[in-house]
Amino acid sequence: MDAKVAKSGAAVPAVILAEFGSAHDVLHAAEKVQAAGYRHWDTHTPFPVHGMDRVMGLRDSRLGWIVLAFALTGLTGAFVMMHWMNGVDYVTVVGDKPPGAPQTLPSMVPILFELTILLSAFGAVLGMFGLNKLPRHHHPVFASDRFRSATDDKFFISIEAEDPKFDVVRTRELLEGFHAAHVEVIEEEPA
Amino acid sequence: MAYWKPITELGEAHLVQEGSTLAEVTDDIVKVTETAAPRGWWILFGIASSLTGLFTVCVAYLFYRGVGVWGNTAPVYWAWDITNFVWWVGIGHAGTLISAILFIFRQKWRTAINRFAEAMTIFAVICALIFPGIHVGRPWLLYYVFPFPNQMTLWPNFKSPLLWDVFAVGTYFTVSVLFWYTGLIPDLATQRDRSMTKWRQRVYGFLALGWRGSNRHWQNYERAYLILAAISMPLVLSVHSVVSMDFATSVIPGWHTTIFPPYFVAGAVFSGFAMVETVLLVARSVFKLQRVVLMRHLELMNKFLLLTSLLVGYAYSMEFFVAWYSGNQYEMAHFLHNRPMGPFWWAWVWMMSCNTLVPQIYWFKSMRTNIPVMFVASILINIGMWFERFVIIVLSLNRDFLPSSWGYYRPTIIDVGIFAGTIGVFFTLFLLFMRWLPMVAVAEVKGTMPQADPHLAHAGEEHVEPHGPDHVPDAAVAGGLVPGGAE
Repeated sequence: MDAKVAKSGAAVPAVILAEFGSAHDVLHAAEKVQAAGYRHWDTHTPFPVHGMDRVMGLRDSRLGWIVLAFALTGLTGAFVMMHWMNGVDYVTVVGDKPPGAPQTLPSMVPILFELTILLSAFGAVLGMFGLNKLPRHHHPVFASDRFRSATDDKFFISIEAEDPKFDVVRTRELLEGFHAAHVEVIEEEPA
Repeated sequence: MAYWKPITELGEAHLVQEGSTLAEVTDDIVKVTETAAPRGWWILFGIASSLTGLFTVCVAYLFYRGVGVWGNTAPVYWAWDITNFVWWVGIGHAGTLISAILFIFRQKWRTAINRFAEAMTIFAVICALIFPGIHVGRPWLLYYVFPFPNQMTLWPNFKSPLLWDVFAVGTYFTVSVLFWYTGLIPDLATQRDRSMTKWRQRVYGFLALGWRGSNRHWQNYERAYLILAAISMPLVLSVHSVVSMDFATSVIPGWHTTIFPPYFVAGAVFSGFAMVETVLLVARSVFKLQRVVLMRHLELMNKFLLLTSLLVGYAYSMEFFVAWYSGNQYEMAHFLHNRPMGPFWWAWVWMMSCNTLVPQIYWFKSMRTNIPVMFVASILINIGMWFERFVIIVLSLNRDFLPSSWGYYRPTIIDVGIFAGTIGVFFTLFLLFMRWLPMVAVAEVKGTMPQADPHLAHAGEEHVEPHGPDHVPDAAVAGGLVPGGAE
């Protein structure tokens, strides 16, 4: 038993971590974990593994909708800004185009476009952080030394204790049955 | 056919040297940031940071004395400042092209160079932004370009192409930084997990934001990357188009041309690819990255240079043709006399020969795969593209409508110092980047290797287990976001 036993006796299992040597092995193990009915679990891979989303039963990412909302904000914000500043608050007539007239639209196109793109980019990055709940510098899996190679050349499956089907002995046995290179239980003191 | 397999019928080769393991790829790339810098790095850094020092001195003097220390004078009010601005912005464009457009088109070979090219974009745009900043004469009033309430109750004029430029280049810089950082997150986590010292672990750990390679995260991450690539693609085309409108919306012969937006974009990509190649060749030999940056990548870049050179050459010919065909005496005087036969004929010859003649060597495979040849050619193209902007800007101004106001332009030592200085700034930033961040996208390179294929039980042999029709990968790959896809 190579579980990390914390100093205090109050520590409880937080995560069971199984290590695999190839994308093939982790994909097939993940298929079975999903079939076994686990819900609070994850795979950790150095690069996105093809087909893993499907095996894990993940729905399509909702990020696109967030970006759309940001994009529309950028577009309307840019229009309102330019129209109000040059057409209402301090009227600037260039090329004899009446303030606020549709003829002023073409000259707005570059900035309408740029601000739409700018806000979309922020939407994509901040939305991704939001959906992923990052930054999060503390996580039980980081307690494992072997987990360091998850960003190098090893593949992991983690099953969290909060999963209703979680059982230290049986979950561990399940993972060991997939020819995992290594299985460890990570314990944590309850908050 | 497995997505990672080269199509030998098309003469394709493996993207990463055959037989490399995932750990070797990590090690090759990340080790550069963990070991002492090679001597070559220190020599280059010494040169680059000296030039940065020169830049600081020249700009300090410029701020002290005013723009009169430059050679700009009647009738040439825009000269090296704007030439350098356009040149640097153009160089940045290849970075976005490689990272975004090649990504959208599933050109997996980009993984060897995209991190590099993105870094180049950011540093080039920093150098570019310096010039409009310092050429305004009173740099402390630069905030006038931003739309915020000021004591004069004035707003910027949104109908001015110069203001469009502020928004276009500002957006471009911001989006490039976001795109670059997003791409870096998994690799920063790799650096964090390999750190030997507490200090490295803290800094890289902080920047990696707690990335743990989770597949639930990869899903959103890849979607974010796809969206960033998709919005960068029209953005990059818009930026140099907007830059060209600074000229095209005026009535100066040589500037007032509808071909300018696409012509500027083609030129930008051309010069940017040349600069990527220059920098890549240096880095490849200094840091010994031959396992990742293969001759095949360099050859593809050379083909691209040939293509964009032809586009630029077409634009040059079209300018001549339209000047003659228009019958407009000012257009004809400019294009048919002042450019090839005026006082700056030599600048025109530099532009024409470096941009349209030099790349013709790339019709030959022996030239496309010869490293000394491509190094010299890439530098010549950079010079040629600088002269292109010089020709457009200075040659259109030095002889205007009224012969009595014609004049000549001579740069001063401060002009030269500031330009050379920005080259120093660029390379200083670049060399620091190469020492502290992985210069090749580690996670993306791994995704193009045979080991990334979940069909393979062991890398190198096909997996024979029968799959149900709805099993996984192929459908996922076809609609997926990973560099890969059906080939």
